[in-house]
This record gives sequence, C-alpha cells and structure tokens, in this order.
Amino acid sequence: MKTQNQRAWFFVTPVLLLVAFNALIPMMTVVNYSVQETFGDNLFFWQGLDWFEQVLRSERFHNALGRQFLFTFLILIIEVPLGVAIALSMPKKGFWVPFCLVTMALPMLIPWNVVGAMWNIFTLPDIGLLGYFLNHTLGISYDMTQNPIAAWVTIIVMDVWHWTSLVVLLAYAGLVSIPNAYYQAAEIDGASRWAVFRFIQLPKMKTVLTIAVLLRFMDSFNIYTEPFVLTGGGPGNSTTLLSIDLVKIALGQFDLGPAAAMSLIYFAITLFASWLFYTLMTMNDNKS
Amino acid sequence: MAQIKLSNLRHSYQPNPASDADYALKKIDLTWDDGGAYALLGPSGCGKSTLLNIISGLLVPSEGKILFNDQDVTSLPPAKRNIAQVFQFPVIYDTMTVYDNLAFPLRNRGRDEDTVKRRVAAIAEMLEVTDMLKVRAANLSPDNKQKISMGRGLIREDVNVVMFDEPLTVIDPHLKWKLRSKLKELHQRVRATMIYVTHDQTEALTFADQVVVMQDGEVVQIGTPVDLFERPAHTFVGHFIGSPGMNVLPCDVQNGAAFFRGERVALEGPVATAGDGAAEIGVRPEFVKVSAGGAGIAAKVRKVADIGRHKVVEAVAHDMRINAILEGEAPNAGDDVMLDFKQSQTRLYKDGWLASQPEGGAR
Repeated sequence: MKTQNQRAWFFVTPVLLLVAFNALIPMMTVVNYSVQETFGDNLFFWQGLDWFEQVLRSERFHNALGRQFLFTFLILIIEVPLGVAIALSMPKKGFWVPFCLVTMALPMLIPWNVVGAMWNIFTLPDIGLLGYFLNHTLGISYDMTQNPIAAWVTIIVMDVWHWTSLVVLLAYAGLVSIPNAYYQAAEIDGASRWAVFRFIQLPKMKTVLTIAVLLRFMDSFNIYTEPFVLTGGGPGNSTTLLSIDLVKIALGQFDLGPAAAMSLIYFAITLFASWLFYTLMTMNDNKS
Repeated sequence: MAQIKLSNLRHSYQPNPASDADYALKKIDLTWDDGGAYALLGPSGCGKSTLLNIISGLLVPSEGKILFNDQDVTSLPPAKRNIAQVFQFPVIYDTMTVYDNLAFPLRNRGRDEDTVKRRVAAIAEMLEVTDMLKVRAANLSPDNKQKISMGRGLIREDVNVVMFDEPLTVIDPHLKWKLRSKLKELHQRVRATMIYVTHDQTEALTFADQVVVMQDGEVVQIGTPVDLFERPAHTFVGHFIGSPGMNVLPCDVQNGAAFFRGERVALEGPVATAGDGAAEIGVRPEFVKVSAGGAGIAAKVRKVADIGRHKVVEAVAHDMRINAILEGEAPNAGDDVMLDFKQSQTRLYKDGWLASQPEGGAR
C-alpha cells in the first residue's frame, strides 16, 4: 500500500499568510464596507447589495466608466503601434544603443505626481512653454483648464510621453532576441520588408507585446495621479476618470459604502478585461 | 543551375585591413562545378561561414569577384542571386503552416498558386512531410523544423546552389544519420549544386563528392574523401581528417632521403619541391605496422586503446609519439616494438605542405 502523507502542504503556509495580509484581508474590508452603511462612530448597518445596484444604475458612474474606456482605448491605440515603430527604428548595435535606451527610460523614472505638475506648468497658457507658444506664437486658442478637448489632448499626450517608452523597451528586447539567421533566410526567400515584419518580427515580439498591452491596459485603466495633478478631473467633469471619481466619493464625500461597491466593480472590470486580452492574444498559441 | 567561380576573393571584417592576419578570408580561388555535392570542412573560425555568406550575398567581399556562369554577381543581393541557404538553427515562420512555409519563397516571387501547389507537394513528398502540411510549423520537432528549412531551400526549381551551414547541429544523434542520408538522396534527385559546411569530418566525407578543407581563411586542399585521406596536401589536413590523425614527425632531408632522429625513413618517392623549410614525415596510423622484432624504428608502447573495430597503439620513439592502428592482437603497454611505415604511404612535408611525389611521377 502506498503511504499517504500530505504534510508537505504545510510548506505553503508562509505564502498563504503573505497573500492573506497583502491581498485578501484588505480586500475583505472593502467587501465589508460595500454591503453596509455607516453614519460614523464605527456603527454599521447591513445594506445588502443596494450599493452595487445604486452604483450600476448611476449615470455618474456610467459617464466615468465611458471616459475611462475612451482614455484607455486611445492610450493603447497610440502607444502600442508607436512603441513598436520606435523600437523598429532604433539601432541594433553601436554607440547609439545605450544613448537611445537611457533617453527612452528617462520619462519612466520621473515620479508620477511630478509628471502631472510638469505638464501642468508646461501647458499653462500664460507662462507655460507649450501653452504660451501655442496661444501667443501660433495663435491657436489652447487652455486645458477651460476647454475639455484641450484637457483630453493634454492628458493623452502626457501619458504617451510618460509610458510609450515601456512599450519601446519591451518591443526592443523582443526584437534584439531574434537571431540574425531569420533575417538572412527571409532575404534569401525574397521576403518584402512588410513580410519580414509580419512573419518574423511581429510573431517573435508577441510574448513581450502581450505583456506590454496588459501592463499598459492595467496602468492606464487605473491611472490616477497624473491626470489628478494635471486637470483635477476638469474642466467640469470632462476628465474625471474612474479612479478620480472613486476618490471623490470615498474621501471627498465619505460615502464608504458606494465607494467600496464601486471599487469592487472597478476591480472586476479590470480583471475581466485583462483576462480577455490575455486569452485573445495567446489563443493562437494553443491551436495546433 | 550554374557553375560558381570565386576569383581572387579576400574578405576582412575590419574597414582597413593592414596585414594578412586582419583577413577572415585570405585569398580564395575556387570553382564549384554545376551539380556537385561539396563539403566545406574546417575548424570553427576558419572562415567557412564567411565564405558561404559571400556566395549567398549576405556579405560583400572586400576584394575579388563571384561569378555565376561567368556572370558577375558580386554586388547582387541574395534575393537576386537565386540561391538557397539552410542555417545552423532551423529557421521557420512560426505563424504559418508547413505548407505556407514551403510556399513562401515561391509566393514572394509571384509564382501562381498551381505551380506553388505542385512544387510543395513534390518537395513534401521527397522530405516525407506530406502528412504535416496543415500543421502550424511552430509545433514541429527540431528535426522536422530543419527539414522544412531544407524544403524551403529546395522548393525553387532553378536555384543555382543550395548551401547548408552546419545544418545538423541541433539535431539528435540518431536523427542526424537519417537526415544526412536524406540529404544525399535529395542531391541525387534534384541534382542541384550543394555546398555543405561543417566541422565534422564524418558529415563531410559521407555527404560530399568533393571536400574543400579550409584553415585560417585559406583553402588547404580540395579533393575526394579518398584523396584527403590518402594524400593530404598539408599536415593540417592529415591531422584534421582521420581518427587519430596522421603521424607527423620532424626529420632531416639529405640528398633526397629523410632521416628521423638519424634513422632513415623510406619515402613514397622523390622529394619534388626544393626549398629549405622545416621538413616533416607524414604517415597515417593505418599504415604503421607494429611488430615485436623486425624492420623499422624501435619504440616503446605507451598505451593501447580498444575502440571496437580496431585497436589504437600509442608508442614513443625518440620521444615522439606515434600512433598505429591494428586489427587483432596488439602488444601490451610497456612492450618494446618495431614500427614499420608502409613506404608507398609515407610522405614528406615541407613547411606543412606536401613535398614528396609518388614513385613513377607526379599524379
């Protein structure tokens, strides 16, 4: 008879504890808030799923979610192709490689609230370098504190400036790992530049691009600091993304119940969308 | 199909080569006949791959010309030369099926789908991959991937030359043998010129009709496997081919006779080239006779290795190591023996190059 000994499972306990303290327990407090109502003094009343219903029916939430999807969509559609294009045109060896890599990495090293502050000052119409140049030299009326379109353009450009490098670096890492023989074989096979990209470079970059898209999706979907510092969600509510709205409800209005319910819905959407991206992008790998 | 001629070829990876040492290829004059099966043999770093890349057009030589059927193609890009190359590691297009992989070179050249279909079917049948045509190429095993790479090389009917750059490096030993015989068979069927680069003498000698041996950016000898074995043109070839390699012993030459440490050694024939370079005697272990008492040079057996089919006797005579290959009974380590070199297979080398001629005139 075979000896059954399951004691090895005890080795998993440290990980369980770690996960419990850094994820499960904090999250359970949010779950706790989401089904209760409080009027202070640490008094809580059972509320059931009312907060979830309220959030899902709220027009304010719908609008913030819509803005959030638009923002993330624009970020992905601009940063991923742009990042790949920049990676493709970067030198593969020589003196300029470290120069390009360091220059690319610089924006990512700047603290997020500083990025927001920098762009805020940069785009101010009266004293900012860009703002002044656009308004007074080119004569284009541009004020992101007044005009929603200008505000949107500014937060998009700011994020592209801040995070395209991440896609570039990942794509570049994928590109330099392609053995030279592939390019030589393609040359001998008479492949066009486009075919080389389509059948060699893109497939070889796929793994890193999957990671890049996932990271950029999650980061841009959860973005808070930079737009908060730059526009504060305005003008009006035009750049109030989900996270900004969430903080307003939780810390501005102290509506802990609805804020908790909204957090959980927000989390579920992020999780589902990430899963969807990952599944779609790796689907072909499992096909034989 | 074409005859390929390399004329006065030199190549350096440095922009301003000063001395001979700066050249990866020193001076190559070589003609590859149409339809031949060639092996390019040499140790790592001898310039084999450089030469191959120059023929395929991936590299432009620093000096010299490449002629395909007397037409100068030196500055033509690979796609225009109509050549095929199979690399050390299998190159396949991961996202395509095996069929599309094979069809790729034809489609890039705008051939119609009927031709593509016919050619792919023919090549797949030759390589025995017909049942894999619909499979995604990324899911194949390494040897099948390499087969597909070869298939892409053979798919065009009119290729001037198919080049293989150590194609069996990543293949399991038991499959190596299979693929090697497959290649040989393919050559007999398609009759295209094939150049096979390797540092493995077994691969070179089994595949090729003509073997080109390179060392240090120079062609040392071109010949059939038998030529290379029996009459190495250079002591390097003697060392490199054969297991163990040729015995090379320092000697003095006086009046056309060779003396190894004062003992006279009978050569195959007269010494042809004059000149006073360092002289050496070369004799293969296969042609060294070992006897307990008899003619020859006195030696002491150091060790005997039984390698299955025969035994390798390592003996020391005048502090020089001499190998002999024996079948059947062999002496024991420590025995005193006499070594007798077969006269018709004993050569003289000067400065490394063959200097003796066979009896009855030059070949």
